[in-house]
Amino acid sequence: MLLIRCPWCGERDEIEFRYGGQAHVAYPHDPSALSDREWADFLFMRDNPKGPWRERWFHTAGCRRWFNAVRDTATHRFVATYRLDEDPPELAS
Amino acid sequence: MTSRRVDGWGVVDRATPVPFTFDGGAFEGRAGDTLASALLANGVGVVAPSPIEGRPRGVFSAGVEEPNAFVELTAPWFEPIVPATMVDLVRGLSAHGRPGVGRLPLDPPPTRPADHRHAHVETLVVGGGGAGLAAAADAASRGDRVIVAHDRAWWGGALPDGDATTTAERLACEDDVTMLASTTALGVYDDGYVILHERTTAADRIWHVRARRVVLATGAIERPIAFADGDRPGVMLAGAVRVYLERFGVLCGERAVVFTTNHWAYGTARALRDAGADVVAIVDVAPGGPTGQAARADGFEVLDGWAVAAVDGDRRVEAAVLVAPDGTERRVEADLVAVSGGWHPNSHLYRAIGGGLRYDEALAGWVPTGDAPDRLEVVGTATGEGLPTSVPYAFTPAEDLTRHYVDLQRDQTVADVVASVETGLRSVEHVKRRTYIGTAIDQGRTSGALTAAIVNDALGEALGAQGPTNARPPAVPVSYAALAGRDRGALLDPARTTPIHDWHVDHGAVFENVGQWKRPWSFPRDGEDLDAAVFRECRAVRESVGVLDASTLGTIDVTGPDAATFLDRMYTNRMSTLAVGRIRYGLMLGLDGMVMDDGVAMRVTDDRFLVTTTTGGASTVLDRFEEWLQTEWPDLRVYCTSVTEQWGTVAVGGPRARDVVAAAGCDVDLSADAFPFMAWRDGTVAGVPTRIARVSFTGELSYELHVDGRHVAHVWETVMRAGAPFGITPYGTEAMHVLRAEKGYVIVGQDTDGTVTPDDLGMSWIVRRDDSDFVGRRSLSRPDTSRPDRKQLVGLLPIDRDLRLPEGAHLVDGRAATEVDDAASPARPVPTLGHVTSSYRSAALGRTFALAMIRDGRARLGSTVHAATASGAAPCEVVAPVFWDPEDRRRDG
Repeated sequence: MLLIRCPWCGERDEIEFRYGGQAHVAYPHDPSALSDREWADFLFMRDNPKGPWRERWFHTAGCRRWFNAVRDTATHRFVATYRLDEDPPELAS
Repeated sequence: MTSRRVDGWGVVDRATPVPFTFDGGAFEGRAGDTLASALLANGVGVVAPSPIEGRPRGVFSAGVEEPNAFVELTAPWFEPIVPATMVDLVRGLSAHGRPGVGRLPLDPPPTRPADHRHAHVETLVVGGGGAGLAAAADAASRGDRVIVAHDRAWWGGALPDGDATTTAERLACEDDVTMLASTTALGVYDDGYVILHERTTAADRIWHVRARRVVLATGAIERPIAFADGDRPGVMLAGAVRVYLERFGVLCGERAVVFTTNHWAYGTARALRDAGADVVAIVDVAPGGPTGQAARADGFEVLDGWAVAAVDGDRRVEAAVLVAPDGTERRVEADLVAVSGGWHPNSHLYRAIGGGLRYDEALAGWVPTGDAPDRLEVVGTATGEGLPTSVPYAFTPAEDLTRHYVDLQRDQTVADVVASVETGLRSVEHVKRRTYIGTAIDQGRTSGALTAAIVNDALGEALGAQGPTNARPPAVPVSYAALAGRDRGALLDPARTTPIHDWHVDHGAVFENVGQWKRPWSFPRDGEDLDAAVFRECRAVRESVGVLDASTLGTIDVTGPDAATFLDRMYTNRMSTLAVGRIRYGLMLGLDGMVMDDGVAMRVTDDRFLVTTTTGGASTVLDRFEEWLQTEWPDLRVYCTSVTEQWGTVAVGGPRARDVVAAAGCDVDLSADAFPFMAWRDGTVAGVPTRIARVSFTGELSYELHVDGRHVAHVWETVMRAGAPFGITPYGTEAMHVLRAEKGYVIVGQDTDGTVTPDDLGMSWIVRRDDSDFVGRRSLSRPDTSRPDRKQLVGLLPIDRDLRLPEGAHLVDGRAATEVDDAASPARPVPTLGHVTSSYRSAALGRTFALAMIRDGRARLGSTVHAATASGAAPCEVVAPVFWDPEDRRRDG
């Protein structure tokens, strides 16, 4: 079970959290202005790298805050967690 | 078998006899015995038949690697299957040999009580041998909180170790050090999370430990060597033979052959001779080293370069066939063959969390690489250090390899492994899956290294080209009873009940689970079956008045200056135009445009709404609100609070509902003019402050009485008394489902399945047409969501008016089902048009009816489709999905 450092609560067990997929995929400002392809890209397509990437977590059974993390998908190791209003760290693992 | 207890040997308490039974016979062991040592001391050779071939099998090892001696325990507690080598003998223990597979009786005897504990430490040491205890002492001296888990009842390694006992006793006295004997690590997981299984005579305990550092001091395992009939009782690992002698005082045989690839087994030979056994020969496959010369000087017969080719005997070893380097054979009488094919680290836990291994040529075995996964440290012989050098030798070559057993618990031989390679398999993982080697309870602890060596050999590849197959937790078997702990029966999952629950129970409710909620399904009266009860409840609502406990509906308070703006973005229709005092039904979509939840919103003040969700969807909707507010619109000033438990709801519905609510003592003008449909009023009912809402899920005149949860039982009972003259009838969720289906109201999650748009439900009217955005809007114009032949909600009337269609039944074209011989009929398989989503018997309609999602459904109105049922194709007329009061004339009473 992963140990996840919530930026608000500190380290907690993985079961307190819900996973939220790739981070920094903003909801489009005006979806109606997007072509079907552009909308489908937003809706369905996500990166799937081997190595560090940025993802979202929700501290469901804790402070109920969303936050972002950089995690290495190959090792499961968290490089960093950061608040939504913080700049994302570099992706070096 | 001629095992016996030898005077002057072992550390068991000889003064304390421990009676037990095995396979129905009465035996006596000693305090400190394992079941295996007690059986050996009593001369029990055969413990159980092998699982596939039924060959007699005895104790093979002295530890967790045991592949043979499996037993079921029936007293003092029930365990379906455990290795006898890991069972600490207790008074009154009763065991039966099992052929490697457990069984669960329908009515099993009691299992040990079990509990779960959580612990956080700086250092967790797995293994209480010398290296583990040293690591623990070191950590304790730094001030760490320490747990030491050791899978045996004693401290130290397998052989008696007075220093280890002293160290363990000293550690146990330290603050912050927890010494757990008889405790096995089942698995090491990410970030220092380790599950331990502690077994005491009183209870099982599952420990969830989060450790800053995990020290694996798991020791080493001896490899066997495969030879013909090497699975017979009396063939044992050499280290185990020594453990039985030195720890338990049990001599495993009178005439022994020691068969080895390394110098450690000479220690077994010397111990056997010292204890009075006759060591017939030390068969050493390696050219004689100094250990062999010393042994020879001490009078042992050491046969350099020889091997054991076979043993004779059926239920026990009677003789061994030795083979010289030149192929000459020699038969010697023996009742024990002590085998050692070398030693390697016990790396099961380490590999299961992703630790890498490398082949160590000196050990002819696999050892952990230096870079252990995060937080893990390997110490002692678990690293390979201190283990004896060994020549690589997995099996004695022979023409016929079909009785050279490799995996004793799977009855698989060298021939089986070779055959797998000859079929073209090149990976040990594939060989494992063809032979099932390593998939048994012992997880291939004794067979894994052998199999890898045989595969490498058969492929003509270098030693160590491939290693043992992957390991997985749990490292040793654990019973579900232990894992479940107290989480059984009523404690399996929390049950949520409404404040009216006791009344429901007292009035004979049959409950259904909706999420964690217990909701009355129906209130059958004496002699009624459920169908009759539901029928009666539906009729009461349509003809007079019924009452439903609606307290489980999810309720969310949405407050803030931007609450209306926010809800506009979450629902397909506008909530900002809703006047205070009014109620609006709303649909919520996923980003993909599919219906996700529905409910109503009441505008309480300009900046405050109460939003209801489906009973099962409450937490999902709240999560979703919070997700959008936090991640996309942090500028909106909106606060969401779950108030489901704070409100209790009594829904009074039917033509006489107004009379009943008035009779319950209501100070609000209930007339249709003063209090219209889809409005709410604050007032008092039964002396309790009440928010009355005119919403209806049945199509009848309805008043929902929302009151503080503490008072809702009182309001319910007052309503029941006030309604008695009108024959008020409590109804459950099933009647509610029938009534709403008669009106064509969908249930999200029953009539929808995450692939359904508002238009598919015929609910385009609830999707606003202005330019403003809401979640899911853009997806409604995607090519797939706007194509014309999507499945659409329709009603079905079975031609057989008594036939209740099974929900989920597939529907096919009428022509396809009836005219299959017609050349023009569609080719088989006949494509499905869709399926039945809801199906009931209607009191109001006097017949059965159903809702269904079918392809291009609205274009099929008036046509016939066929439902696939167990008794054949059932023709049904496709109709609009509103069966009752399509003009909504009844909702005002």
